[in-house]
Amino acid sequence: MPDPMRIRATEQPDGVDVRVLMSHEMETGQRRDSAGAIVPAWFIQTVVVSYAGKPVLNAEWGPAVAKNPYLQFKFKGGKKGEKISITWVDNRGETRTDEATIG
Amino acid sequence: MKMHRGRIAAAALFLGCAAASAYAQGSATDEIARYRAMLADGNPAELVVARGEELWKTRRGAKNVSLEQCDFGLGAGVLKGAYAQMPRYFADADQVMDFESRLVWCMVNLQGMDRAAVTKNPYSGAGQRQTDLEALTAYGVEMSRGIPVNVPQSHPKERAAYDRGRYAFYMRGGPYDFSCATCHGVTGQRIRLQDLPNIAGNKPDADRAFTTWPAYRVSQGALRTMQWRLNDCFRQQRFPDLVFLSPTSVDLITFLGVNANGAKMDAPAIKR
Repeated sequence: MPDPMRIRATEQPDGVDVRVLMSHEMETGQRRDSAGAIVPAWFIQTVVVSYAGKPVLNAEWGPAVAKNPYLQFKFKGGKKGEKISITWVDNRGETRTDEATIG
Repeated sequence: MKMHRGRIAAAALFLGCAAASAYAQGSATDEIARYRAMLADGNPAELVVARGEELWKTRRGAKNVSLEQCDFGLGAGVLKGAYAQMPRYFADADQVMDFESRLVWCMVNLQGMDRAAVTKNPYSGAGQRQTDLEALTAYGVEMSRGIPVNVPQSHPKERAAYDRGRYAFYMRGGPYDFSCATCHGVTGQRIRLQDLPNIAGNKPDADRAFTTWPAYRVSQGALRTMQWRLNDCFRQQRFPDLVFLSPTSVDLITFLGVNANGAKMDAPAIKR
């Protein structure tokens, strides 16, 4: 089970500000280890953020995104006290979903 | 005539370059400060702290107990504020211990783990997951965030540790004839683009040095502890390896801690 994400969602005048810190190695697949062998690619490929059952953000990531990705964005229409759900899936098929309440 | 013009043009170009690099130098420090401010939000150290908290409360070792009853000097089971008042003397071990030494002591005596196995690889390598010790230390220091440093000097062994730490700080050696003070005992020095804090002579620098370690090192993608930081200083000075939890490491941490007394802990922080 991958490590949990840390999610902070606060209602602002111009929308809900979401900041999420994901725990992931994000290996590019271009690094070599000390023996000279390629370290296999292992990175988050898709991120979906849902609110009230509808996606508010869809992301397709690649090896350019750094280790332990930090994502920050705003969306309109969210209300304090409601939940958002964030799901990521990586190239190995591993996935993690976490929820947070909008504060 | 042609050569004379060429030389003047070259001189003008050189002056232009010099002026540009002086401007770049000033703004480089500002840009680094801006970069650090941006990084501070979403510090991956939070992820390490979360894992440390989970490990802390898990029953582990041959005795199958958690670390929750460990005594860090404030009483068994009291972790809040503990890091801020270490290193300190512990009667049950009859020695001065820093946080990481005491953590290992509890893992061995409370949880029944094997000391050699626990201390074998204390630091994570490139691309490796954080070690248990790094995660537990991160959680431990997080529980002292905002609390003023209060490293005690009431016991004779605590005072002796400080004196030895100060001696070690000023001791020159190694192939470069460096001491810690060579880089960190002078105000206004810089190595490459990194301003060097004067942690012996300048109180704000001494405060910041002690209160912002452990920290997440962005360039390494890992959380690093104070034991690691000193080990790396020794490596950079081309000194022999500073053994994990060695008396010298505890002495140096005592010296640094006492020099930072009064400042509020602000760790785990985030660094380049």
